[in-house]
Amino acid sequence: MEPEFYTPPTTADSSKLTAARVSRRSFIKGIIASGATVASGSMLGTLAGCSAETSSTTGIAGTVERLITLNINGKSRRVDVLPQETLAMTLRYKLGLTGTKLGCDRGECGACTILIDDVPTYSCSTLSHGVRGRRVTTIEGLQAPNGDLHPVQQAFVDELGPQCGFCTPGQILSAVGLLKVNPSPTRDEARRAMSGNLCRCGAYDHYLNSVMRAARIS
Amino acid sequence: MNNYTLLGKDFTPPDIVAKVTGKAKYAEDFRVEGMVFARLLSSPMPHARIKRMDASEALAMPGVVGILTADDLPPAVSPQKPTLTNEPHYVGEPILALAAESETIAQDALEKIKIEWEPLPFTVDPLESLYPGGANARTDGNVVSRGGSGKPPAIEETKWSARDFAAVEEGQLPMGQAQAEWAYGDVEGNFEKAEYIIDETFVTAGTSHHCLEPRSALAYWQNGKCIVHGSSQSQSFTHPFLAQMIGIEPKDLVFIGEYCGGGFGSKGYAYTEMSIPAHLSKKISRPVMMRVSRAEEFFVGAARPGFQGRVRLGFAGNGRMLAADLHIVQDNGPDTGFNDFMSAGDALALVYTPKAMTFKGIPVATNTPPRVPQRGPGQNQLACVIEPLLDKAAKHLGIDRVAIRALNDPDNNTRYGPKQRGLTSAYLNEALEKGAAEFGWQEKKKLSGQKNGSKVMGIGVGQAYHSAGSKGFDGLVVITPEGKLHIHTGVGNLGTYSHTATSRVAAEVLKCDWNSCVVVRGDSRKHLPWNLAQFGSNTSYTMTRTNYVAAMDAVNKLKEIAAMDFGGTASDYDIGDEKVFAKADPSKSLSYAAAAQRAIDIGGKYSGKEAPEDLNAMTKTSVAALAGTGLVGVAKDTLESEGTPPAFAAGFVLIELDIETGLYEILDYVGSVDCGTVLHPMGLDQQIKGGAVMGFGMATKERHVYDPQNGLPAAVGVNDSKLTTYLDLPLEMRTAAVDVADPMNPVGARGIGEPVMGCAAAALLCAISDALDGHYFNRIPIVPDMIVNAASGRDQSHGPLAINTF
Repeated sequence: MEPEFYTPPTTADSSKLTAARVSRRSFIKGIIASGATVASGSMLGTLAGCSAETSSTTGIAGTVERLITLNINGKSRRVDVLPQETLAMTLRYKLGLTGTKLGCDRGECGACTILIDDVPTYSCSTLSHGVRGRRVTTIEGLQAPNGDLHPVQQAFVDELGPQCGFCTPGQILSAVGLLKVNPSPTRDEARRAMSGNLCRCGAYDHYLNSVMRAARIS
Repeated sequence: MNNYTLLGKDFTPPDIVAKVTGKAKYAEDFRVEGMVFARLLSSPMPHARIKRMDASEALAMPGVVGILTADDLPPAVSPQKPTLTNEPHYVGEPILALAAESETIAQDALEKIKIEWEPLPFTVDPLESLYPGGANARTDGNVVSRGGSGKPPAIEETKWSARDFAAVEEGQLPMGQAQAEWAYGDVEGNFEKAEYIIDETFVTAGTSHHCLEPRSALAYWQNGKCIVHGSSQSQSFTHPFLAQMIGIEPKDLVFIGEYCGGGFGSKGYAYTEMSIPAHLSKKISRPVMMRVSRAEEFFVGAARPGFQGRVRLGFAGNGRMLAADLHIVQDNGPDTGFNDFMSAGDALALVYTPKAMTFKGIPVATNTPPRVPQRGPGQNQLACVIEPLLDKAAKHLGIDRVAIRALNDPDNNTRYGPKQRGLTSAYLNEALEKGAAEFGWQEKKKLSGQKNGSKVMGIGVGQAYHSAGSKGFDGLVVITPEGKLHIHTGVGNLGTYSHTATSRVAAEVLKCDWNSCVVVRGDSRKHLPWNLAQFGSNTSYTMTRTNYVAAMDAVNKLKEIAAMDFGGTASDYDIGDEKVFAKADPSKSLSYAAAAQRAIDIGGKYSGKEAPEDLNAMTKTSVAALAGTGLVGVAKDTLESEGTPPAFAAGFVLIELDIETGLYEILDYVGSVDCGTVLHPMGLDQQIKGGAVMGFGMATKERHVYDPQNGLPAAVGVNDSKLTTYLDLPLEMRTAAVDVADPMNPVGARGIGEPVMGCAAAALLCAISDALDGHYFNRIPIVPDMIVNAASGRDQSHGPLAINTF
């Protein structure tokens, strides 16, 4: 099996390769961001992802990153964030938390749903700067430290909730948010609470079975 | 019903925990060092040619790394879909891709590219293109001949005459020269015998697939190989086609498609967009991530073709369909398109078995998104057209609506269509019966037409069909010296869990504990067999066969090894408890682990050092790579398969319709299927219900809307397209299955994924017409204002043949 690490071919234009390498400044920022609290593994390429300031650019007006601290899954994460950057992009491209999916990036589908102070929220329509001091929970934050699935996750497994799985993290977080405020919802209450999450596979009935099971067991 | 240990039982799919924990990695979730981002520049016009393009300002911007245009790629042969183009044929068609250090820079750079366009004639209405002097969607013609018998599709020009159009009444579909036609039986004779004849013009809308995961892809090159993380319904079948699109040998392509966020036919195998990051990465020597936006996904994600058609049906007094005459003009999109219209004709002949039938169809190019298969391509449109008309006939002839279907349904003796083909087996009637019982059809009939204020109850039944299986692909299993059964599968991850449901056949044959089994899949480096794509409801039939033959090969090899060690012949031995043992003296036994080690020691065919000649090249390569790692079971499926393996579904709907608002609520739904042996009950349950969800959208909400004056779309996002939500469904949905084994499959299984959509769509349409006391719209989707117009006796705001209506 070949490793997934990319080695630039030697024939490439050397100036472009230099440009490709992470600059000293970005590197230092990366170190700061990774700090002692980094839980995720590979963050390769994340700085190239949505940073306007790479080695080859001097930055575009109004797009300067600021180092902020976010509370993600109970941990303080220091991260450079652009003013216009959405939480979905910060999570996915700077913090390596790719369980949050982008289905539409315009507040229509709910695949990017996360919890902010336990309230289900579309992270594609939330600016990262706006959640400083708030508790952000993503799908990666639900499992117990010993690896046990969250009761809602377990119910989604037991009821064969997902089909393709792309909308599943968002569906689960909406369900977790619901059960926090209404631990014993009726099926009708559950579907209303979940109705901001689309599923093109049409797994709704199995998702509702999962939510009702989670309510019973938790 | 059967004595299987694993088949027909629920299981925890090996990929589901990753789906609920966010660990499942889809194409856009991968990161590679030095990765740059690509953005697409897409056509703003429905049909135009680039006169001049200047990208110099964009390329000079800091952070911009490179650009890929159509000129960098081999030209596509008309009418094939190009990867990039200088003559776009629809709004949103990719012109070029630009890579930059960040996506923001890439998007800013695209704004700096100057293009001088030469607008060209366009059309968004097939019928308009058939008028004398009507515009052609392509400069080289307007009709695609689909080739066949080895001939590639070709573009030609067809215009109907003014006389063709004058020969029919206003609002009726004329039928001039067809591109495809067939007939069987004495059509006019049977129409003369008919007691009741229906003659209707109809329209079915084009619909976008709207997979929730846009077709983003990441590609990079490493030591001469191209590595692609893509979104595909299929694994093995995608591989050689993607290699061809990139312009390399399959051995030089690594394709990773472990997870796919929905395909519905549009990601059946390789598609051109998946190759763009590979081409661009090669050019700029950087890994390229191309994120496709939701709006772009509407355009490049393709669509189901719409139909403008006319159907004549002749019924005997008892409700038997004697004759059918079907004409379809298909909205074929800008390029090759797909043969939905042909499948629709086929489905009419098969599902309703008319004694005689004619079919004529023509696929006409339009400047709208490409048309590719979408769940039940052709069959599901046909179900939406014919099922309400069966109700019309039943009402006129005074027959029960389930009974008229049962009377016309195919059975095990049916020969259908112009070739009078047979079916492997057919239990649509039993599915109908079972569904009617579960739904309580006889009881619920009493609710039909009951009023409560402005609300009226309606009930509906619908049926649908799709062919459900193929043959001739390869199976591959390895028993390792650790005693594990590795089941290698080239099936993709469409979300049906059939990659595992079909793999369990190998475990069943080898009598392995499921905990001893590993399903190996999702990455071409994992040495996978040549399997058919996960499309066309075929997986359950096709890949149970491949896993069966591979496992049988392993069983034979186990017995042969035992005979070598203990004497006698292979037939003196049997298997059980993960051992091969002498029938006469079970103490003479080898564990699977020991036998695997023996296979490695013996070599030859036992360890995969030799492989059967008739295997596909991909399987041979995989066997060679696995040789010496254990006991290799590998074979091509040469099992008998005579006749069409069908998938049948029947849906039942109860609604309450508000005739003042045109809104309805679905109060009950039952989906009942004939898919042969049920492999995975919960998975089947998921498919029946999920198909219904998509079907309800097809029946009453989803549609293409194009402005005929400018060729611009008016429904792009998922919100505009009105995808079905939790709130559009009954609180609970129910399912049933006939579960009778198909004789042409070793475990009796057939597929089911597609008709479960069409039957629900048709049942909902029929329920709406029932609530309106037999008003038939001859159009999908039926939207609320159409219902209000019908209920209040007003004319509809569109003509019978109008398309792109709101």
